[in-house]
Amino acid sequence: MSKILKLFSGSGAISIIAIVLGLIVGAVVMLIGGYEPLLAYKSLFSQVFGNTYDFGETLREITPLILTGFAFAFAARAGLFNIGGEGQFIVGMTAASVIGIKVHGLPIYIHAPLAVIAGGLFGGIWAALVGYLKAKRGVNEVITSIMLNWIALYLANFIVRHFLLMEGKQRSEDILPTASVSFPWLSDLMDSARIHWGMLIAVLCSVFFYYFMWKTKQGFELRAVGNNPNAAQYAGMNVGRNVVKAMFISGIFAGLAGAFQILGVFHYQSIMSGSPGTGFDGIAVGLIGMNNPFGILLGALLFGTLTYGSAGMSFGAGVPPELIRIVIGSIIFFIAAQGIVRGIIKPFYFKRKKEKVL
Amino acid sequence: MNSATPVVELKGITKRFPGVVANDSISFKLFKGEIHALLGENGAGKSTLMNIVFGLYQPDEGSIEINGEPVIIDNPNKAIDLGIGMVHQHFKLVEPFTVTENIILGMEPKKGSNLDTKTAAARIQELSEQYGLRVDPYAKIHDISVGMQQRVEILKTLYRGADILIFDEPTAVLTPQEITELMEIMRRLVAEGKSIILITHKLKEIMHISNTVTIIRRGKVIDTVKTSEASPSILAEKMVGRNVTFKVDKRAAAPGGNVLEVRDLFVKNKEGATVLNGLNLNVRAGEILGIAGVDGNGQTQLIEALTGLSKVESGSIRLNGKELANATPRQISESGIAHIPEDRHKHGLVLDFSMSENMVLETYYKEPYSKRGFLDYNAIKKQAQRLIQAFDVRTPSAETKARSLSGGNQQKAIIAREIDKNPDVLIAAQPTRGLDVGAIEFVQTQLIAQRDQGKAVLLISFELDEIINVSDRIAVIYEGQIVGEVLPEQTNDQELGLMMAGSTVAGGVRHE
Ligand SMILES: Nc1ncnc2c1ncn2[C@@H]1O[C@H](COP(=O)(O)OP(=O)(O)OP(=O)(O)O)[C@@H](O)[C@H]1O
Ligand SMILES: [Mg+2]
Repeated sequence: MSKILKLFSGSGAISIIAIVLGLIVGAVVMLIGGYEPLLAYKSLFSQVFGNTYDFGETLREITPLILTGFAFAFAARAGLFNIGGEGQFIVGMTAASVIGIKVHGLPIYIHAPLAVIAGGLFGGIWAALVGYLKAKRGVNEVITSIMLNWIALYLANFIVRHFLLMEGKQRSEDILPTASVSFPWLSDLMDSARIHWGMLIAVLCSVFFYYFMWKTKQGFELRAVGNNPNAAQYAGMNVGRNVVKAMFISGIFAGLAGAFQILGVFHYQSIMSGSPGTGFDGIAVGLIGMNNPFGILLGALLFGTLTYGSAGMSFGAGVPPELIRIVIGSIIFFIAAQGIVRGIIKPFYFKRKKEKVL
Repeated sequence: MNSATPVVELKGITKRFPGVVANDSISFKLFKGEIHALLGENGAGKSTLMNIVFGLYQPDEGSIEINGEPVIIDNPNKAIDLGIGMVHQHFKLVEPFTVTENIILGMEPKKGSNLDTKTAAARIQELSEQYGLRVDPYAKIHDISVGMQQRVEILKTLYRGADILIFDEPTAVLTPQEITELMEIMRRLVAEGKSIILITHKLKEIMHISNTVTIIRRGKVIDTVKTSEASPSILAEKMVGRNVTFKVDKRAAAPGGNVLEVRDLFVKNKEGATVLNGLNLNVRAGEILGIAGVDGNGQTQLIEALTGLSKVESGSIRLNGKELANATPRQISESGIAHIPEDRHKHGLVLDFSMSENMVLETYYKEPYSKRGFLDYNAIKKQAQRLIQAFDVRTPSAETKARSLSGGNQQKAIIAREIDKNPDVLIAAQPTRGLDVGAIEFVQTQLIAQRDQGKAVLLISFELDEIINVSDRIAVIYEGQIVGEVLPEQTNDQELGLMMAGSTVAGGVRHE
């Protein structure tokens, strides 16, 4: 455990300072726009923590972000820029919808897990395609995953329209109750906020991520390939196979995120006019969490809180909710431009060190 | 300026890293027009000290004066403004750019809003002629040799107006010919009023070119002496604190049968040009075969073909009779070939892994390091600590990242790992590159010990001294073929040099 803390503490300080700086930038922009930043942030937090329903809904907001954050970070650890979390997310949604709507006569303890697994699996395959093209043909993963994002969007709409459509609506039929992963007991407790099992699974995934990446032989290979593919090849690792594997696991995370949105939150799939964006938000979460699984839990917590709370900000202080995107953008900027943050903490850091020496 | 004022003066510089004091109140003076050598064991703190002068690190204590003025150098731009230039061991050039583009990068001259490369190129041409660098301003970086790239780095510092030049192990990557030329260039530089700090492990170079030597041991200055009053053995003793013999003890080899047989090997490089042209060679058990040759005659491709890193077009590679051409690196490693790679940063290490992880880079999947798919970090750490101890790798701990070890200690770690694999064939490519004399002696002794245990050792090196001292048999590679074979006790630098240049006369001389 102390190791986990250590893993996090060095970069943790930077993240926290970046968050504070991001909030300050947001406040400055609000001041310029003639709003009251303190009131705005206060309404933001009271929106999130004000009552149990909103608190539950915030958790609902956070869950897919955790998983798409993992999707980005897992690939990043293996040296891959997975910008395709969006497409993998959509494929995961669609696979879960198909199983949830079309497969009949299964008991809940088989149907729901089956739909979840289908979502994860297809998300994984979608991503593995990118890995395969990179490993075998040397195609840059950014290009293929962006293309596959669009293909996923139109394919999903096609499937909903032609196989799953509810008469006269721009959406699919509802999934069967046996495929639902909602958590009615807790939902009732929280004024019917949409609580589902995916939240627990997302948290468990962080443990899997950590153990797989840092404690297993396969994780060792992924990290070696990510850090220095030449040395990995020299050491006898199959670089191509590791690229495919990293993308596959990464895509499973995104696929699961999509599956839980369908099976636990909406219970149907809409025809989408544009990409939902959850996969892209995962990139931001991954960056805020510095590609560390526990950092990502916190990153998603922050991102989800700010996003959900932004509605309260516009009620309470009249601030347009888009402003929160500026805050998030600035946080990422400060994390990326670590030099600036280091410069700010340096005086404190030196002082502390001097004291230690004495 | 008063000629007695040093151009650089360091006063009581101390720099601590977690677990080590890299520089321990170091004081140092560089005078105008002087070549001042810094000598010290691997990890003594030389690079750290120079990185402080160049503004890459901040000292924890101490001060710096340039031309008698106290200064704070908190970034490299500041150093450049103060007229300090540094030629790093690992060049920082953009490959697809031209020489001129690389040199003006970050301070592009403008004519209106257009980039004015013409004037810059003319200026570079002029500088190049003034110092005898012979660099073509319009050549692309990836088309020129390593030695030429280094000159581009030198030009870069001169173009930015450097009067104080720092060279960190400039000769480690150069061929003997290029080294001679570099020495000439340095002479020109000081003749034109520049001052030079030179880090090198090669005592011959220090004796040959420097005016003053400062010896550092474990972060402390041991002594500063005039080169004219020193000798290689005095320097070596001051540096490692014991007597160094320079000549490895070696009994006559007792070679057995062929272990490694290479027949008619053809290999192409990335551009599709044939670089190995039907190469043949044998290495016997219990012998060290040295491969001598000028860089670029197929050495790299030979090593890569033998270790599975590049594809073999045709021909055979047999290890104890087993065919290994185009086998995977893992199959080759498991068949009993170990490989000390020529580029430690490219192939040898994952710099952001800990030393522990690097020590099992090729064996992590085996018991006891892995059990049922899970790594056993205790077993890994134990192995790492054992190797660190046995090979005197200077690192604060086994958990330290490979990146923060000194260059020479990184090299020692790789050698420890490869020898410990207990291979049938040990391929050692430039194994002592960047090592101090004490460590060189140690590594060469290890290679000979491997031989004495009946291993076949293939040594590839640009150091003719090393080839002659360590090998039992020398094969000369030229344009992708072995063009001749000589015995070390019957040859000399001149003859080898001629053969390496492709002279058929010398190649025809046989010593049977
Ligand atoms: N960035 C760093 N972080 C932690 N320790 C470091 C770092 N850089 C250097 N060190 C440590 O400081 C010491 C001195 O290293 P330095 O690179 O200056 O040695 P050196 O004299 O240049 O050796 P070599 O001849 O092997 O290049 C070593 O013990 C090294 O492990
Ligand atoms: Mg060094």
